[in-house]
Amino acid sequence: MTTTQAEIAEFEEQADRWFAENKPANPGFILPETFMEVGTDQQFEFLRDWQQKVYENGYVGMSWPKEYGGLGMDQVFQDIATKAMAKHRVPFLPNTIGLNWAGPLILAMGTEEEKQRYIKGILSAEDIWCQGFSEPDHGSDLGSAQCKAVKDGDEYIINGSKIWTSLGSYAKYMILIARTSTDGPNKYAGLSFFLAPMQSEGIEPRPIKKLTGEYGFCQTFFNDARIPASCMMGKEGEGWKVAMATLMFERGAAGGQAGGLAMMDLSIDDIVELARRAKRNGKPAIEDPHVREQLVDLITEARGNSYMSARAKVPALATDWPTAISMSGKLRSSELKRRMCQFAISLQGANGARYVSPEAVDGGMWQRSYLNAFSGTIGGGTSQIQHNIIGERVLGLPKG
Amino acid sequence: MATIEFSEEQTMLMETAVDFCRKHSPLDRVRTQIEQEASVDPSVWQEMVDLGWLGITIPETYGGLGLSLADVVPIVESMGRHLMGSPFLPTTLAAQALLTSGSEGQKEQWLPQIAAGMPASIALTEDDGNWNLAELGSFANVQGDKVRLTAKKGFVLDASQAKVIVVSANVDGKPGLVLVQAEQLPQGALVRETVIDETRRSFTLEVDDLELPAEQVLPEADFASIEQAALLLLSAEMSGGLAGVLHVIIDYLTTRKQFDQYIGSYQSLKHPTVEILLSMEACRSHVYRAATCIAQGNIGEIEEAVRMAKAQGSEAFAFAGDRAVQFHGGFGFTYDCDAQLFLRRALWCQYQFGDAAYHRNLLAPLLLDEVAL
Repeated sequence: MTTTQAEIAEFEEQADRWFAENKPANPGFILPETFMEVGTDQQFEFLRDWQQKVYENGYVGMSWPKEYGGLGMDQVFQDIATKAMAKHRVPFLPNTIGLNWAGPLILAMGTEEEKQRYIKGILSAEDIWCQGFSEPDHGSDLGSAQCKAVKDGDEYIINGSKIWTSLGSYAKYMILIARTSTDGPNKYAGLSFFLAPMQSEGIEPRPIKKLTGEYGFCQTFFNDARIPASCMMGKEGEGWKVAMATLMFERGAAGGQAGGLAMMDLSIDDIVELARRAKRNGKPAIEDPHVREQLVDLITEARGNSYMSARAKVPALATDWPTAISMSGKLRSSELKRRMCQFAISLQGANGARYVSPEAVDGGMWQRSYLNAFSGTIGGGTSQIQHNIIGERVLGLPKG
Repeated sequence: MATIEFSEEQTMLMETAVDFCRKHSPLDRVRTQIEQEASVDPSVWQEMVDLGWLGITIPETYGGLGLSLADVVPIVESMGRHLMGSPFLPTTLAAQALLTSGSEGQKEQWLPQIAAGMPASIALTEDDGNWNLAELGSFANVQGDKVRLTAKKGFVLDASQAKVIVVSANVDGKPGLVLVQAEQLPQGALVRETVIDETRRSFTLEVDDLELPAEQVLPEADFASIEQAALLLLSAEMSGGLAGVLHVIIDYLTTRKQFDQYIGSYQSLKHPTVEILLSMEACRSHVYRAATCIAQGNIGEIEEAVRMAKAQGSEAFAFAGDRAVQFHGGFGFTYDCDAQLFLRRALWCQYQFGDAAYHRNLLAPLLLDEVAL
């Protein structure tokens, strides 16, 4: 079935209207910018209700199969809906790990039973998902995970801990990577992958206070926690392979995500607008030649990123390193965001030194965004690790 | 949503150009050509002509292919990648000058010859490096059916081979363009310049009160279009050059050992190499976005797009060339190391027609200021 231009145009209008009319009113409390910053029950419930509403009205999971809770439509419609969400600056959909990583993973590699059981709850936000990859002693070095899973009858007994579990205290399921063996040919061989139920005895997520002073994620402790053996994804020892597939979704290198706005994205237009309002030495910052040059540089970089996405759709224009664009998405966007926030603060003169308070420019959101921006440049593999990965896998440089 | 289009014609031209440049311009050939008088071997030039490349942007009525500058981009990019020298770029720009600003008679006289392989050139920059139209030192005065031209231009590419050169000058007080034929130039009017990119053949053109037929003044002077064409093609050359220099870097990083390790395993070299890769990807994206704007006739966006491409590419290519030399260590300090070829090319491209700071300065009002209604 092909989609006609008329259908696309009609849907564009429909989505645009729906998000214009249904954008939630300001809740009266500060909203997080990403799922990694959900710090209070109030924030969580607000966002979960929003995702549920978006799902019930058919604007997320549109391209996922009907039989599991999606709409079975062409991806183009989901892209339009996602764009409308960004345009109307509606809140993001909080079940990010489910929608963008675990969901597409289950659809791509899961069994029929797993698809039936998990997909709908991911879309409706009824079942929140979290991720148990990083450990306190092994941040970006996932292959060295030490959290142990020992088979006991039809259960696994888990011991150890995971860190940076966003939404840990709200999650029903965790995508968990744990060590089922230590005597494989290498460290990767002993890893296994689980879709672990969080409401199991012995699993305890403890909130961590972030550099912003807020809460947003947990360290999750496993003390003889028993989970059903049936929740293993793939076979014992295949965990690394499944985890790598997950990371391809996480980094946007593989498609199939449910779509929907994953974060309140900061656009370069916001910075230009701030530069018009913010004053340096009594004059609008945008009149300062030094500020202007830096703004142009940032716009050029932001446009470059968007043109890269456009060029990636033209196979004839791939370079000798065809995976470079898809493999570098997270690195480029997270680093740009961090620098945009840094720059936004620099526009404020002495007020740059304020923090979240009524006196601060825009209530201090730029300072808070800057501190939070490190979640992007550190989470999911630090920018430094990303450089290694791209250097080795895209350019073929030797490992260190 | 900004798109990037790439037509079947472009795809075919690119495939041909990639093979052509790989075959005719391996780096050892680039080096032997440096020693020659001309920037390209005559037989190679003839092959370009036979492929129809000189007529790509020239309408079919004048013997060309009737395509757009966007179709030239993949060719220039491939040439850039292999550091191929030739009068292709100045000839294409001279054709643009005639196309956008020439009279019907001038087009009829010269465009078919260019399409058939006659080298041409363009002289926009004054010998002091300034090409700002408000400060043109060169001038021409029309009296009856004669025009008298006094000009001192620099960076006139392949001028000794060019049969015609389009020269910018104040014509009766207004920025304009005058066409000069090779045979009209007095002895000594062209002097070879020493420039940093040794694959180029660059000349100073100096004439003092040279009398020419008045019909050699172009009736229009669409400097904006000509400059945009120059920026687009230089950026395409940089995009190709970035890919070329990245290969040179990777070859060395994966074969050279120090302290028992391939040097590419050291993060201090690996990470900047990745930065170069990403800047190349960005450059290529800006270039083909600009090409798309031109192909679609998206007039309002062309200036913005080409200036961005030139600003981004200038910095990226110069950084890549600089790091390429550094990463080769002691070998990088020698003439034999190919890194210097790319660094020299990068510096040429960076400073011709404005570096990053120059274009950012001009982009600022386009991108930041509310349009006054």
